[in-house]
Amino acid sequence: MSPLTGYLVLSAALFATGLAGVLTRRNAIAVLIGVELMLNAANLNFVAFWRYGAGGPDAAGLVFVLFTIAVAAAEAAVGLALVIAVYRHYRTAHVDEVKRLRG
Amino acid sequence: MDVAFGLTALITLAGAVAAVWLRNLVHAVLALAVSFAGVAAAYLQLGAEFLGFAQLLIYVGAVAILIVFAVLVTRGGEVPAGGVHAARWWVGALVALGVFAVLGWAASSLGDRRAAAEWTPMSVAELGQSLVGRWVFALQVLGILLTAALIGAVLLAWREEGNDSGTHLGGGES
Amino acid sequence: METWVQWMWLIPVLPMVAAGVSGLLPRTARGWSAGLSIGSLALSFVLSVISFAAVWQSGGERHLYGFRWFQFGPGAFGTLWLSWVLDPLSASMLVMVSGVGLLIFIYSLGYMAHDANFTRFFCFLSLFAGAMLGLVMSNSLVGLFMCWELVGLASYLLIGFWFQKPAAAAAAKKAFITTRVGDLVFFLGLVWLFGNSGTQLFYDNGSGCLEAATLNALVQQKVWWDWSLSQVIGLLLFAGAVGKSGQLPLHVWLPDAMEGPTPVSALIHAATMVAAGVFLMARVYPLLVAGPEGVVQPVLMVMAWVGGLTAVFAAAVAVAQDDIKRILAYSTISQLGYMMLGLATGGVAVGVFHLLTHACFKALLFLGAGSVIHACSEEQNIWRLGGLRRWMPVTYVTYGVGMLALTGFPVLFSGFWSKEAILHATHAWPVSAGPFWLGLAGVFLTAFYMTRQMVLVFGGTPRGNVTSGSIHESPPVMTVPLIVLASLSVVTGFVGTPAWPWLQGFLEGQQAILDWSRLFGADVWGLAAISCAAVFLGMGVGLVLYRRIAAEGVIQRDPLEQLPAGLCPALRKKFWVDEAYQHSVVPALAWLAYWCDRMDRWVWAGLMRLAACVTLVVARLSQNVDEAVVNAGFDRACEGLRLQGGRLSLWQNGQVQRYLAFVGAAMAILVSLWWWGGNR
Repeated sequence: MSPLTGYLVLSAALFATGLAGVLTRRNAIAVLIGVELMLNAANLNFVAFWRYGAGGPDAAGLVFVLFTIAVAAAEAAVGLALVIAVYRHYRTAHVDEVKRLRG
Repeated sequence: MDVAFGLTALITLAGAVAAVWLRNLVHAVLALAVSFAGVAAAYLQLGAEFLGFAQLLIYVGAVAILIVFAVLVTRGGEVPAGGVHAARWWVGALVALGVFAVLGWAASSLGDRRAAAEWTPMSVAELGQSLVGRWVFALQVLGILLTAALIGAVLLAWREEGNDSGTHLGGGES
Repeated sequence: METWVQWMWLIPVLPMVAAGVSGLLPRTARGWSAGLSIGSLALSFVLSVISFAAVWQSGGERHLYGFRWFQFGPGAFGTLWLSWVLDPLSASMLVMVSGVGLLIFIYSLGYMAHDANFTRFFCFLSLFAGAMLGLVMSNSLVGLFMCWELVGLASYLLIGFWFQKPAAAAAAKKAFITTRVGDLVFFLGLVWLFGNSGTQLFYDNGSGCLEAATLNALVQQKVWWDWSLSQVIGLLLFAGAVGKSGQLPLHVWLPDAMEGPTPVSALIHAATMVAAGVFLMARVYPLLVAGPEGVVQPVLMVMAWVGGLTAVFAAAVAVAQDDIKRILAYSTISQLGYMMLGLATGGVAVGVFHLLTHACFKALLFLGAGSVIHACSEEQNIWRLGGLRRWMPVTYVTYGVGMLALTGFPVLFSGFWSKEAILHATHAWPVSAGPFWLGLAGVFLTAFYMTRQMVLVFGGTPRGNVTSGSIHESPPVMTVPLIVLASLSVVTGFVGTPAWPWLQGFLEGQQAILDWSRLFGADVWGLAAISCAAVFLGMGVGLVLYRRIAAEGVIQRDPLEQLPAGLCPALRKKFWVDEAYQHSVVPALAWLAYWCDRMDRWVWAGLMRLAACVTLVVARLSQNVDEAVVNAGFDRACEGLRLQGGRLSLWQNGQVQRYLAFVGAAMAILVSLWWWGGNR
């Protein structure tokens, strides 16, 4: 297994774990934890391709990761604020009890 | 495939699984921090030193703490009676497994695109140059996004005086 | 320098942006709008001055910058260029337009302070300033034409600024339509030039349409008699200038344009936009003079005669007008005639010198008139004003400076030097002495009507309903621009005197040498003595006729009515040009419109009705088929869809996680399908 494949498989595993957390946990904060894991997996992909991919001497991979980190920070802030707002309104942070989108 | 990578991968994955699995949310966040640290180690091994340290500072340092705060505010530290996982958790697990299968399959069929010798390390100065050079527009937009997110977060979490239940999210539960 | 030219686009774009933002601001944002407009124009002014300095430093070199804007066809012919030029002509025009514009913007702060639509006013003013700045630095036919039309639009909007007044609305329409006549011909000229030279750029390192290679090709082609193609195109372009600069047959819109607010009259209809025609002729001057050496080209003869006749005609009409702004409007037409005359006989430097000095003193005069109107509760009739020097000393003194500059009072005032340059050029013109005598007659008339106006407005005692108690000097925001313009009206003359023809040298790319002896040459003072005599004669006659009348304090009959039979009514009625148009062009157009209407109603409408009948029959048929066949099937399909939709909606349980699970599973399935399909 080449190094690139190794990192990609690690990233895929990280992504799947995060996805599992997002899909199965009841608590909104735990869902957010899963989202953070998925974002990290994507970042890992960027860096792996920057290191071993076919690109030229370009900082694009790194810059993208920097941007993702910043966006993820914003996402975490807004997401947690949302969780707090939802908690205050419904008196629960469990996503399966919040189902006003029901068809 | 050397020992260092194996160790890093093991720590990262173990942290991630624990973060998803553990019943107590505070413990889960701590496991998450471990996983973040593992990713940072992976960045260092990949030669992206700056990113590694940024990862440590931002994720392990800031985001994890932020989540802990949120957990405490919403009393998430108490383990609920109904279990922490959804009733049909196996559906989610199955989907995640499927996604992993697809992604892993794609990754394993992909070889290296260039020899490791072709790669030249990138200094922080160069990274900064390209950040304020070629990517400066994206950087500006990001700044605006962060500001907007900050304001939005503050507004969302604002506790209304005397009206604790809040009305800005609509009526009661249906 | 080269890099500087690349950034010159900021000069017109800044006011344009200010106009756009002001247009979006609410009506109450007065301070924002004015601040934005004035700030952006001030910035443009600074940039213009830097450009000017850059040209000066490089000794009058020409610098270009341009880029492809659109590619709508193959090759160079299908490329639309956006290009600008920095040369002495555009640099001096930039400084003049932004400088005078800035002063007038500031003045407007005071003049328009009580207007409800202050924000809109500054929006339009900025639009105008941006378009005018773009016009003077444009290097391509397309850019020039776009800006040309934009200033026309801004002029229309600003003349009709008080559109609730019917006269203003009518004047705006008149200005727009009259200049359109000229613009149509101008456009034909542009298209012909583009079609024959294959380039839209004036200067393009040797292949532009004003450069030797192209001009030689144009001169070779004869159109009729001995008129070469370049001359015909020049004549067409001149028609555009006639419309914009109010030259003889198309001058009728300019006096009516005085219905707009006075700062607008000063900026657009005195200092800058109306001078755009003169500027255009100066810009395409190489085209006009292209041809055999030593022969005066026919277009220049046309220009000289039109300019000379306009100068005298408008000055004569101005003599008998009673409205303070109308007198100035006719005076502007007359001065524009002088510029054309100077351009045709003496070249770019002479015409543009008068353009620059005139911009200063005519803006000053209009702003002074605005100050008077503002103070005397909108009274514009000079017979009902009077004695204002006592209450408005600053306006009086600055207006006097402007008046002396306009009449060409010797030595101290800028108008003297630029007018002398024009008279010299016409005197030396080899073709005919007529334009010279026309110009001289214009000088006499100018001195006379300005003295008449000055004496009646500022001298003597108040007449009419204007009570002395309510008259007040204007606020500093209005008087300071007056003072600045007054000093400019004096100073600008000294950059173009015969002793030190700096401006002429700058425009023609030569070094000016200070040589006092030239000032005292016999050829200078011989002519100057004649023109000074004309000035003094005009002022003397004016003083003799009006001083006593002005002092009497009651409204008198104009002594001009004692002129020989029919002359006074002719002057009053502006030689019946408006009436002539009203009875020739307008009925002809109305007749044409009437017949078009008839054709529409009876011939085309009949055909249309026939087509409509056929369509109706087909539609009836189609409707029947629809209702019987298609609708029934469609209804059944809808029923089915609703049923299935109801079943599908049961999938929505309102839990985000369920949705996400669907997304994840679908992704996995899609990717594996794609992979499997791709590997097969």
